[in-house]
Amino acid sequence: MNVPQAAREEIILKGFAAAPGIAFGPAYLYSKEAPLVEMKDIAREELEAEVQRLRNANARSEKELQKILAFAEQKLGAQNARIFEAQIMILNDEILMKAMEQRIAAELKNAEYIVADEIGKYRRRMLESPDEYMHERAHDVEDVMHRIIRNIRDQKLFSRLDGEAIIISETLTPADTVIFSRNQVLGYATDLGGVSSHAALLSRSLKIPAVVGLRSATRCVNTGDDIAIDGYGGIVAVNPSPATIERLRNTARRFREFEEQLVGMAELPAETLDHRSIELSSNIEFAEEIPFARIQGSAGVGLYRTESQLIGRGEYPGEDEQYEVYKSVADGVYPHSVIFRTFDVGGDKLMPDAVSEENPFLGWRGIRMMLDRPELFMAHLRALLRASVRKNVRIMFPMISSLHEVRRSKEYVEKAKKELKEQQIRFDEKTKVGVMIEVPSAALLADEIASEVDFLSIGTNDLIQYMLAVDRDNSYVAPLFQQFHPAVLRMIRMVIEAGHKKHVWVGMCGEMAGDPLATILLVGMGLDELSVVPPVLPEIKKIVRSIRHREAKRIAEKALSLQTAEDVKKFLTDVMKQKLPEIPIEV
Amino acid sequence: MIEARVTIRNRAGLHTRPAATLVKTAARFQAEFFIVNESLEINGKSIIGVMTLAAEQGATLLLRFDGPDEQQAAATVVDLFERGFDEQ
Repeated sequence: MNVPQAAREEIILKGFAAAPGIAFGPAYLYSKEAPLVEMKDIAREELEAEVQRLRNANARSEKELQKILAFAEQKLGAQNARIFEAQIMILNDEILMKAMEQRIAAELKNAEYIVADEIGKYRRRMLESPDEYMHERAHDVEDVMHRIIRNIRDQKLFSRLDGEAIIISETLTPADTVIFSRNQVLGYATDLGGVSSHAALLSRSLKIPAVVGLRSATRCVNTGDDIAIDGYGGIVAVNPSPATIERLRNTARRFREFEEQLVGMAELPAETLDHRSIELSSNIEFAEEIPFARIQGSAGVGLYRTESQLIGRGEYPGEDEQYEVYKSVADGVYPHSVIFRTFDVGGDKLMPDAVSEENPFLGWRGIRMMLDRPELFMAHLRALLRASVRKNVRIMFPMISSLHEVRRSKEYVEKAKKELKEQQIRFDEKTKVGVMIEVPSAALLADEIASEVDFLSIGTNDLIQYMLAVDRDNSYVAPLFQQFHPAVLRMIRMVIEAGHKKHVWVGMCGEMAGDPLATILLVGMGLDELSVVPPVLPEIKKIVRSIRHREAKRIAEKALSLQTAEDVKKFLTDVMKQKLPEIPIEV
Repeated sequence: MIEARVTIRNRAGLHTRPAATLVKTAARFQAEFFIVNESLEINGKSIIGVMTLAAEQGATLLLRFDGPDEQQAAATVVDLFERGFDEQ
């Protein structure tokens, strides 16, 4: 409905900042709703033309998909482009195409209706399956169906997206994110989704601002509305007022000026004024991200998410296929090191195994699943060890909650080493093995765990979620997800002290490591390494280089003595304003 | 017409890649090829059909071949299942 007066009013929507940046532009409302298909009779003399429309649409759809596939392969690597390959295979399904042509002739109905009805049958069967993987495939089938129907109607996909636009949608799949990025997309705003979703990670690496979890964006926005998106503050303004535009322009300018100051930062070491050096590394999930991480001045990779290999496929890759990927990552990072986190599947992460759980975050995920699937775990470990010949590979186990799991995991590593030795396959005998501290029980046992491994890395996202009993993707309780909660800070300090007592290196690879407001505190608490998303690296380095370790220690002590998250945050904000006023901090 | 029973041996069941291998192999023969899983019968030469089969590791399928080269088609396809589609 058109309500001209109301449409001019400014509406501010608050979500979560998923990818940094500020943009202004017209909205493009992207709706995944099925195109309305009517059943129409056709005359016998129209039959040939109708079949031809279907064939043409099919050919055009394939051409489109081949282009998308090539683009996705280049942006994301062949592995992750597979989703599109499956769609092309469906278009090439001769049995399906013949069945549809025959039905048009036998029933004398329009091509769109037959496509929707025939392909829809398969889609329904897939949705009826209890298997999550089948539901994903149902989306592929649905995408193909819509693509053919659109091409029968001779419509272009983004007919209204000529020029630049901010995409507004209920949710975005990684595929959508990639497809849109071929166009002039200024930003993404979605009703659903979390900051750690794959689409959010992708928009960060594609450098497109994104805000997720807006809940009602698709209901408040129409295509063509003026939009301002703030990927730092997690805000979307519909028909922004001059004041909002002014404020966001200022924020954008501050960030831009600050970014200019950071040029040259990449070559400088990450050390404090009194020469305590911090290993500043990157969190990545695709080998394609390594060049960018290097430009940003990353000293290696502190978290490589191996499960990225599983995107869009329903099976675990074999040992050789895994080895190829890990080898190229290790080579790309050399002479620095890379920490490979073993498959962390389950929870919010995609899972090839057909398991549906009441409470996946407390379920079969991470190391738990690997220990229950020895044949998978062995192939995984063998592939990782084989990639270690340049002595820059470290292996890290996620979701460890007991010492028993640490010991069992290490036994598998030893077993894999023994096998490789027997087969005379080369690997680094001294490959370092560590544990991701992300379950409170493991944090409490950090002392004992540190005695048995080479390093600890604190995964704050899960640690905070499990400690505070808050799902941060649940917008009702998300504000309770407080990384500066005194209990969280005390637990982090405990882990660092436990590790150092046992002379093992302690790092952090959770999102907190990349929050500029936390940097002084974390350095002061004594962390040896901070692993962050590549875009924030220069900024974190600048902060590290601007302080004395002794001073940071005092600041950390003071922060640890405060009683509420609000007090800690206020204290740290004041410290930053006083010491580094040029750093833009979003509060 | 020949019928054969096979068990899915490869880990991921009949997911996209094994499904593609199966369809490609079946297409080399003239014989018609159908797969029956519980009550569902699908054309084994159609990728979308094979993708629909939520056949997991350990599941048993009935294969039906009908045509001049049905013997050879059955032998080749059954062998493919037994080798687990050459997946690890």
